[in-house]
Amino acid sequence: MKIHLALHELYGSESALADELLRMADQHADEHEVRHVSMDLARWSREHVRELAAAGERYGLNLGDSEVDAPEPLPEEAGALSGDSSDPELLLLADLRRLHRMAAGVSLDWDLLGQGAQVVADTELLALTKRCHPRSLRQMTWADAMLKTVSPQILSS
Amino acid sequence: MSVVSKDRIAEPWGSRTPYGSGQEWPVRVDSHLAEGVTPDQVDRWVRSASILHSNGDALDIAVKDGRMVGVRGRSQDRVNHGRLGPKDLYGWQANDSRDRLTRPLVRRDGELVETDWDTAMDMVVRRSKELLDEQGSSALGFYTTGQLFLEEYYTLAAISRGAIGTNHLDGNTRLCTATASAALKESFGCDGQPGSYTDIDHADVIALYGHNMAETQTVLWARVLDRLAGSDPPRILCVDPRPTPVAREAALHLAPLPGTNMALMNGILHEIIRQDLVDHDYVDAHTVGYDGLAEMVADYPPEHAAEICGVPAEQIREAAALLGSAERLLSTVLQGFYQSHQATAASVQVNNIHLVRGMLGRPGAGVLQMNGQPTAENTRECGADGDLTGFRNWSNDEHVADLAAVWNVDPMRIPHYSPPTHAMQIMRYAEKGSIRFLWISATNPAVSLPELERIRSLLAQEGLFLVVQDLFMTETAELADVVLPAATWGEKTGTFTNTDRTVHLSDKAVDPPGEARSDLDIFLDYARRMDFRDKDGAPFPQWHDPESAFEAWKRASAGRPCDYTGITYDKLRGGSGVQWPCNDDNPDGTERLYADGRFWASSDVCETYGRDMVTGAPQEPSDYKAMNPDGKAIIRTAEYLPPHEEPNEEHPFALITGRTLYHFHTRTKTGRAPQLQRAAPEVWVEVSPSDAREAGVSEGDLVEVASPRGTIRARARINDIRPGVLFVPFHYGYWDTVKDGEAGGRDRAANEMTVTDWDPVSKQPLFKTSAARLRPLDGGGHVPAPAPTTTASRPVSTEVSETHGGPDAATEERIGGGVS
Repeated sequence: MKIHLALHELYGSESALADELLRMADQHADEHEVRHVSMDLARWSREHVRELAAAGERYGLNLGDSEVDAPEPLPEEAGALSGDSSDPELLLLADLRRLHRMAAGVSLDWDLLGQGAQVVADTELLALTKRCHPRSLRQMTWADAMLKTVSPQILSS
Repeated sequence: MSVVSKDRIAEPWGSRTPYGSGQEWPVRVDSHLAEGVTPDQVDRWVRSASILHSNGDALDIAVKDGRMVGVRGRSQDRVNHGRLGPKDLYGWQANDSRDRLTRPLVRRDGELVETDWDTAMDMVVRRSKELLDEQGSSALGFYTTGQLFLEEYYTLAAISRGAIGTNHLDGNTRLCTATASAALKESFGCDGQPGSYTDIDHADVIALYGHNMAETQTVLWARVLDRLAGSDPPRILCVDPRPTPVAREAALHLAPLPGTNMALMNGILHEIIRQDLVDHDYVDAHTVGYDGLAEMVADYPPEHAAEICGVPAEQIREAAALLGSAERLLSTVLQGFYQSHQATAASVQVNNIHLVRGMLGRPGAGVLQMNGQPTAENTRECGADGDLTGFRNWSNDEHVADLAAVWNVDPMRIPHYSPPTHAMQIMRYAEKGSIRFLWISATNPAVSLPELERIRSLLAQEGLFLVVQDLFMTETAELADVVLPAATWGEKTGTFTNTDRTVHLSDKAVDPPGEARSDLDIFLDYARRMDFRDKDGAPFPQWHDPESAFEAWKRASAGRPCDYTGITYDKLRGGSGVQWPCNDDNPDGTERLYADGRFWASSDVCETYGRDMVTGAPQEPSDYKAMNPDGKAIIRTAEYLPPHEEPNEEHPFALITGRTLYHFHTRTKTGRAPQLQRAAPEVWVEVSPSDAREAGVSEGDLVEVASPRGTIRARARINDIRPGVLFVPFHYGYWDTVKDGEAGGRDRAANEMTVTDWDPVSKQPLFKTSAARLRPLDGGGHVPAPAPTTTASRPVSTEVSETHGGPDAATEERIGGGVS
């Protein structure tokens, strides 16, 4: 059975998302809505990480001991909006784009874990995925919405 | 009929005229005339309504020898039945102040100097054109108010969105009414006040959430007091951390910790659902989303909610029992919810109580999501805030095309690629330098927005061309490049609409001072000088005066919930106050919305597809259609989240700001009316007896209050505010202080301290969740704090002399009606 791999993967991606949200809150402290909502959303991800650690124990995983290295944030493809710019406006666009992709990755990982939970009939784990997965989608939607809101002004000025 | 003379500073709500459930509220005509003027000397009475709060009390302005000399309530009006509040009775005197702006000013070599209209407007037009060429419409922003008239907002919306095509138009209504609008849209699919003031006449339970009605809408509160004094009185539920006059009359007063409203509401709904005090037939027939609510609030048993809010669990149960036993429940909501953490989510929970209990659209059963300002409602209708004109949906292309057809402009001209830019984001763009032209009308952000040091510095930036249109040299006008002198209420004609959808006409009574011009004339003059044209090459906007603007607006409102097509100036002059929608189907207006359990919520008519209650992200049209295929009311919900700034060791208090009964905004008018100014002459801070004892502070002591952002000095008023909470009124800026000392003497405005944070759904700034500390300063001197004793700031000490107005506050009350 390889369900522990899905747990392991999700633990890593959700931890990285939590870190990335906190980093964004710090990086864009003057963009008040980005900062405050990022912190609220990081709270969700941290909660998920704790619950995943508890679930992992039932599969003999010691996720909470963080022998799992959270993956580095996704490398950006090269390009004008790659995020290595010193322009804070372009950096904001790059960060929101990255956040959207990271949340999408986490969402996929919840899908994967949900499939696993169903096939082994682990109702507790399935309930966890049903509780948490919608929040990944909401995090993703927020990144998209924020991008749509701030980009017209950045692109036109 | 009896006639009495009252000092309405000492007795803000006047004489009691008790009445019972379902009876007509008795008439009481209030009038106040300038000293030495008798009614028979008045040349003319000119029709108008209140401009210093949102209640919409109908009144007539007394004119003698071409000057205003007083006011009198209109007995036949549905809103006030003749009554007026202190701000109406005395505030009109500010019109005649010697320091009114009478000529345009422009900045030359760093100084504002007087000039003529052509010079000032040419500067504004030249800069507009330069920026449109250089950057395009995204360089221009407009920040307006909740105090202009409908015709002016409609014109400003047409110019900004239809002619210039900028997304950056909002009002200071963002600070007062954005959450009311958002909560109504989220629950009912569209803005529009469900209830009516007449619900007070019928209700058996009235719940006020963060709404100190006694001070914000004094005449509405007089109506409640008269019910309380009559047979069969309603029971009152008050949710407020302050000891307000409402709390004193309440059967149950809950004083939650600031920032925890959502936990409280979830706890109350937990009990309502657990005890099955639910109208399941109504829920099944008229709503979607009930199961989600039940699931969410299951996690908030009263004990858990109590722990978060600092309210006894027993009181949460009692509140649920009170609400759950009501047969005719009226709820009202205001800034204690709107300016607090999770503003929209908590206000939506109030709507949810009405939806799950089936308490909508019949006498006594209604929701009043209130406004703070007299004409805030019109910014929403006209789209001079972050809404699209006529409650249209900016993310519905057909609505945009429809508006473009009304205006006869290209739909692509009207920005609808993202939500209209809200006030705090407009300021952010100005701060970053991408908005380089900002036109502020009738508002004073240099005192009223949060974190003032930041606001002052961004408005003063070299690269920002700032136009300020106002009556007086405000703290904001001092920073302007061009100052335009405006006419105000009583000096121009137009309509405005109160909180319960009642439209009044306000006629011109006197000429404005000097060269001051109406806001409508200024906006239209700008449009002509800019040479805006519609698709057929005709000048745009196509109207030219108040009445033609109103007629144009009617076409924009046709078929929408805020339908004005049945209203004319003549109709408003014939009667007194008409509630929209008023059209062929409802020629006399409409008292209550949603009487038939039908909502403006189907995907083709709704004003919004909704937002995520936590993140604020707009919902996709397809998701909305799937969720709500039949256009029912929407029960939305959210979990409680802790506020972003909580008291800590260094800043152990929760700081909230707010109004007092005698003042409006930054006191530009009320500070110039002697009776009002004397009643509350200076800033103060409210502290509980236990906190005062611990800090070594007595009544009237001078203290320093500081947050991580700023510091003020004020005298301490020791009252029964919830321990751990400080309250500072937000009215006091610097126009009437002596400017010397450190930091330019900027140690008086509450907003020096407030946090920059807003509700992600309504974008309303949060003035109720800052952390602060308090320390005594030398120099008390046994003088009581300069705070009223008649209001929430009533002291615990009995040694403070009572607030009174003196002989020049004498007001005549004719109980039973008639005019003298």
